[in-house]
Amino acid sequence: MSLPISLDHVTHAYRTQAGPLPVLDDLTLDMPEGSFTAVVGPSGCGKSTLTRLVAGLMKPDEGVVKLGGKPVTGPRSTVGMAFQNPVLLEWRTILQNVMLPLEIVSTGMNKSQREDRARELLALVGLEGFEDKRPSELSGGMRQRASLCRSIVHRPEVLILDEPFGALDAFTREDLWLTMHELRRAERFTCVLITHDLRESVFLSDHTVVFSARPARAQRIVEIDLGPNRGLEDLYAPRAVELLALLRREIQIAQGREVETPAPAPTPVPGVADRPVEDVAATARDPSTERPR
Amino acid sequence: MTRTLRQIAVPVGAMVVFLLLWELLVWANGWPNFVMASPSDLPPAYARYWELFLTGGWQTLWRTVVGLLIAVVFGTLLGMVMGFSRLAREALYPLLVGFNAIPKATVVPIFALLFVGQHDFNTVMLAFIISFFPIAVSVSIGLSTLEPEYRDILRALGASQATIFWKIALPKTLPEFFGALKVAVTLAFIGTNLMEIVSPHGRGLGALFDSGRTNADYPLMFAVLIALAVLGIALFYVVVALEKIFAGWAERAPN
Repeated sequence: MSLPISLDHVTHAYRTQAGPLPVLDDLTLDMPEGSFTAVVGPSGCGKSTLTRLVAGLMKPDEGVVKLGGKPVTGPRSTVGMAFQNPVLLEWRTILQNVMLPLEIVSTGMNKSQREDRARELLALVGLEGFEDKRPSELSGGMRQRASLCRSIVHRPEVLILDEPFGALDAFTREDLWLTMHELRRAERFTCVLITHDLRESVFLSDHTVVFSARPARAQRIVEIDLGPNRGLEDLYAPRAVELLALLRREIQIAQGREVETPAPAPTPVPGVADRPVEDVAATARDPSTERPR
Repeated sequence: MTRTLRQIAVPVGAMVVFLLLWELLVWANGWPNFVMASPSDLPPAYARYWELFLTGGWQTLWRTVVGLLIAVVFGTLLGMVMGFSRLAREALYPLLVGFNAIPKATVVPIFALLFVGQHDFNTVMLAFIISFFPIAVSVSIGLSTLEPEYRDILRALGASQATIFWKIALPKTLPEFFGALKVAVTLAFIGTNLMEIVSPHGRGLGALFDSGRTNADYPLMFAVLIALAVLGIALFYVVVALEKIFAGWAERAPN
């Protein structure tokens, strides 16, 4: 089961001492059932606010957020969340951590069924044999895998990922991207991924939304037409490089910078081709390029 | 086997070294008993008054433990209120700090007058009053510094505040709580003895100390101090054992 997500003219501002700080401005978005949407944009543009609105942890000032056509009025058990910080509970084993949502959400499963469900997911992400370890005994990537398992153990219809791979090293991150594709094949959910990594958005999503600087609007929605079965090498194929260049330009527009002429298509030699991609990621993450406000 | 042996041998060895140094210090300075007793004076004192030590020790112990239990309940509740409500935190912190800064010896006569003759009650109260502060502060800090993501993983599923408290906030605060409890244990002993020594017609080891003082029986006074130290150490290790059971996960494996 999965549900479509829609945001209809959503406007939101935080109340600060210096007055209201608008973060979302008349944002309208549609995420079809079972789709994978990545959201990229300048730092502090309101991406995380979007996740909290979809999760029902906050209500928008104006506009409506809908899951499956019904307005979101508060938290609901059909949502799963994972963050940059895996927030595993140190006093529980990995298996107990993954089972946590099943203790809150009534699923009609008995104890052994819940345990089987958690074990099945842990095996799927390659954590077989680590069920009885404490989180502190695992590496950062393994903890994040466990956190992903926890976010989908109760078969949520909507999965919200707020930069879950942001703190991992490049190779571990790529491993987890592959895991994410596997989870998507095995489970059914509508996914929103917040990220700062353009390669990540191209590799994982069906469409990538570029947010403008705060207050955020959907500046551009880019269809990622790379097909469902993607390998890491596909990131260096001409179409992917084209998409990355397009996203990079959009980010630069969002940051309020001069738009350069499109970069020439890189020669398809491995090791040379990946240069511009690195540049893209570095530009998107460099805090000095943030627009002052 | 060798590890448990080491865990016992090392602290015991340290104590023996300490007693030897003490003996040596008194001997080297040629101090008579009425200036400072030496460890070798203590066994005769224990032998002479062992019955008083047993009854006094028991009275001191149970009143300290009861005071400590009240401090745990009250301190935890107060810490919860302060941890969850910013308003309560802002309102209560100056009051608590001010109250804690008052020398507790000055509270003894107030209590003694308020509850005349209620010696057990007064003693328990003082042990409680002196020891709840670190518990309240640590619980409140533990709860107020809980990262919002911890809350959100359950809140996003529609969990109630009570569920979030029991499943996440409380266990996460346990290491801080036990740290504070270790401080509170020794403080509670100070509270109990303060009341026992300062208030007239007292009971417990404090009263025994006081009678040693009035009779200029210095070995007895030092024997009481050592007995108090032993009780304090015993209670401290009870807390350590509880910590191992309930918050053992916080301990990292030794490298």
